[in-house]
Amino acid sequence: MQSTSHAFNENVDHALADPNLQDSLGKLKVGFSERRRQAAERLPEFEALRDRARDIKNHALANLDFYLEEFERKVVALGGHVHWAPTAADARDIILKLCQSMGARTVAKSKSMVADEIALNEHLEAAGIAPIETDLGEYIIQLRHEPPSHIIAPAVHLTKDQVADTFLEHHAKLGFTTRLTERNDLVAEARYVLRQKFLDADVGLTGANFLIAETGSSILVTNEGNADLSNTLPRMHIVLASIEKVIPTLEDLATLLRVLARSATGQESSAYTTLNSGPRRPGDLDGPEHYHVVLLDNGRSSVLGTEMQDVLRCIRCGACMNHCPVYGAIGGHAYGWVYPGPIGAVLTPQLIGVEEAGNLPNASTFCGRCESVCPVRIPLPKLMRHWREREFERHLTPAAVRQGLALWGFFARRPALYRRLTGLANRVLALFGRAEGRYRALPLAGGWTRFRDLPAPQPGGTFHSQWARKRGAR
Amino acid sequence: MISPAPARRPQRVALFVTCLVDLFRPSVGFAAVKLLEDAGCTVEVPALQVCCGQPAYNSGDRATTRDIGRQVIAAFEGYDAVVAPSGSCGGMLAHHYPGLFDDDPAMRARAEDLAGRSHELMSFLVDVLGVERVAARYDGAATYHDSCSGLRELGVKAQPRRLLASVEGLKLNEMASPEVCCGFGGTFCVKYPEISNAMVSEKSADIAATGADTLLAGDLGCLMNMAGKLQREGRPVAVRHVAEVLAGMGDIAPIGEPERGEPEPAKT
Amino acid sequence: MSEARSQILNTIRRSLRRGELSGATREATLARMASPPLGPIPMRAQLPPAGRVKLFCQWAEINNATVARVSAAEVPGEVAAYLARNNLPARAAIAPSSQLDGLDWKSQKLLELRRGNAVASDAVAITGAFAGIAETGTLVMASGPEHPVTLNLLPDTHVVVLCEGDIVGGYEDVWGRLRARYGKNGMPRTVNTITGPSRTGDIEQAMELGAHGPRRMHILVVRE
Repeated sequence: MQSTSHAFNENVDHALADPNLQDSLGKLKVGFSERRRQAAERLPEFEALRDRARDIKNHALANLDFYLEEFERKVVALGGHVHWAPTAADARDIILKLCQSMGARTVAKSKSMVADEIALNEHLEAAGIAPIETDLGEYIIQLRHEPPSHIIAPAVHLTKDQVADTFLEHHAKLGFTTRLTERNDLVAEARYVLRQKFLDADVGLTGANFLIAETGSSILVTNEGNADLSNTLPRMHIVLASIEKVIPTLEDLATLLRVLARSATGQESSAYTTLNSGPRRPGDLDGPEHYHVVLLDNGRSSVLGTEMQDVLRCIRCGACMNHCPVYGAIGGHAYGWVYPGPIGAVLTPQLIGVEEAGNLPNASTFCGRCESVCPVRIPLPKLMRHWREREFERHLTPAAVRQGLALWGFFARRPALYRRLTGLANRVLALFGRAEGRYRALPLAGGWTRFRDLPAPQPGGTFHSQWARKRGAR
Repeated sequence: MISPAPARRPQRVALFVTCLVDLFRPSVGFAAVKLLEDAGCTVEVPALQVCCGQPAYNSGDRATTRDIGRQVIAAFEGYDAVVAPSGSCGGMLAHHYPGLFDDDPAMRARAEDLAGRSHELMSFLVDVLGVERVAARYDGAATYHDSCSGLRELGVKAQPRRLLASVEGLKLNEMASPEVCCGFGGTFCVKYPEISNAMVSEKSADIAATGADTLLAGDLGCLMNMAGKLQREGRPVAVRHVAEVLAGMGDIAPIGEPERGEPEPAKT
Repeated sequence: MSEARSQILNTIRRSLRRGELSGATREATLARMASPPLGPIPMRAQLPPAGRVKLFCQWAEINNATVARVSAAEVPGEVAAYLARNNLPARAAIAPSSQLDGLDWKSQKLLELRRGNAVASDAVAITGAFAGIAETGTLVMASGPEHPVTLNLLPDTHVVVLCEGDIVGGYEDVWGRLRARYGKNGMPRTVNTITGPSRTGDIEQAMELGAHGPRRMHILVVRE
């Protein structure tokens, strides 16, 4: 997917001025977080499960090569194939060749962030193959030529009316000429339209929430059933998964499932959690004849062993962005690429470079709400700070900020000098601010005073000067 | 993390003033001193303190942060406790300092020592000293904002509410979302002013919806941010640091308001 | 292809600052996979049989399935009655399983059943279930000649015949049953775990049933 992360500030301006988006974000902020809170409350073992989930992922990452090899062995033994894709281009080529080997004209796709990461759809379309998004949210944004704005609810930025307009525009030629107003009618219409596409598709392509080394299974967690139709009806099922998705055993899966749905949507379990282990067996009446797993690296193997390694624990639940006040103000598109919110702020610079995505880890107050809800306890603010450190080292921090910091640092290292300077600033600001108690405008403080008043210092001098006067100098 | 039994002998406490309190609102520091002294501590204010180093730390400038950290560690050596009327500065000392010196075992040990003695004010009073009530009066309905670092790094939530419950005349109206960030975030509010504004506007609406006439919190940065917005919007909410109300200083000019009875300034 | 494989594996090992796993570490990791350690198992996944059945029914209903507790003899009658109650045609695709074959469907003269997998025009599917999970009110379907997967997905209405004795406490119990049936590390092509009808929250985050899978699910919990 093409990135607009470098245009973060412009993206933010658009987002803040978009009434439909702001309306949708208003609902998101309250909805997901409340449901997660209730789900966590209902399960006394939830915190212990989070700790365990973190430990499982850490163990899997520390032994990632071993578990990938075991996974491959099992898949091959079941009659499937495993392909290794070091880069996005490798993955695209492998998938295109597989689709061409089936003479595919259409590919039924269920939601995959990794597919967006490697810009798969454009690659298939350029080769004359039509990818059909079947996840309702992905289908809607595919019609609108928009990227997803959330990792589990891709169309969360849209209102019902916007969806109705989109359906009217695109379904009219299929005979649906009434503009719908009810959500269940919209869902029913999408179901009808997409049903035939499932049945006609030559290839089904899904992501995977997890890969199980023990059994060679790929796991899909959905609510709609589209992923399961995509991997059952067509003759070939392709699983596209990044390498850090592999976990050791079914028992490990149980722990991760217990924290995934609750963290994502507050459900005890999603409607469909499916374990696919290879192609159809002799005697099966349905299922794909061909089963291919494409393992994508795309930079993840180099994150291991670095201070960023913890980000690879992510199980893509979306809780961080559901609870992030910055995401809640600007929505997902502002981040400019596939992964928004706090996880996006850490992962995007890693995958597409900090020169392109430098704003993302900076646009955070480090409030810590993301870390407090992450089911695998990723220290997201700390990782964002690491990005800021790397930017500082490489002089990517804006010059004004570096200079301001250097100046401030000069004084902060010299307490006596600092005292004199702050004493002066205090007296000046207190004097001119005395009448109103605050400043509506102040030179050099435009960033603050554009939107809010700046309180003036209390009269009487700095704390230190008053303390010295009242309690005697030390 | 929190010692359950109240300390028996008087604690020799060093006050970590914080740069914002020093420059903008010394009354917060004096309120903290009063509360600590009323609870039986002796309070000193090491002269060589300037800042905890967060502006540099959160901008990625580890070198400057370490220099400032060394200064702070040295200045605050030897005290039983180091107390800050701020969750973010308290958190910096208690959680982030040790990690700055991973490559320097001697310094790291001193940082760990300081971290173990560092506290946010409300948590120190309630969790360490066992203070259960204050002898203050404040007539009004207040709402309380949970500043992020204090809440999530230091577990400050119940303690200020406990003490406020003992303030005669004070009624507490909780916001719908007291734990959501106010949008200050240190340099964030000036690096991303539009986003910060969106966040503080929501916080302001949440505050207004409580019907409270007073906003309280434990961090001056957050308070100045919210006060500035409330005033720009013309909302009649007095903004104070919780320590001031608890120390019986709830009658001084709130944040961003002029002192009452000031002579007319000469026009400039 | 194997060059790509080596590239990825070697980069992983370089990053982790070690070679291929060997010796005691490899043995330990293999042993962990062979005897998988358990994580915390919720109390509610560890109830005795009667409690399990009750909890399963509760959660299934919360997740928008309907539940009828019946005896084996009552199953065909309840299925026919359910279809009539909901104005559904008395026609269904039924899983070709020996369990279902053993029920007296002929007693329902008006009920037309076709054994096999589902096609797009089927409105109703009737299947058994490999297990039910009390912890979350979840059905577990294992694919095979006796249980085509399309029956779980294509028709609008899914009727499931679940034996009380197959209701287990939690996921871990399901894994045990799968291993017992299919052998260690053996698996059917697909295990669908299904919790209520298909749904989506993709429009304004409000839940709507019947996204792509069934809109309606009726579970007959059969006492021994």
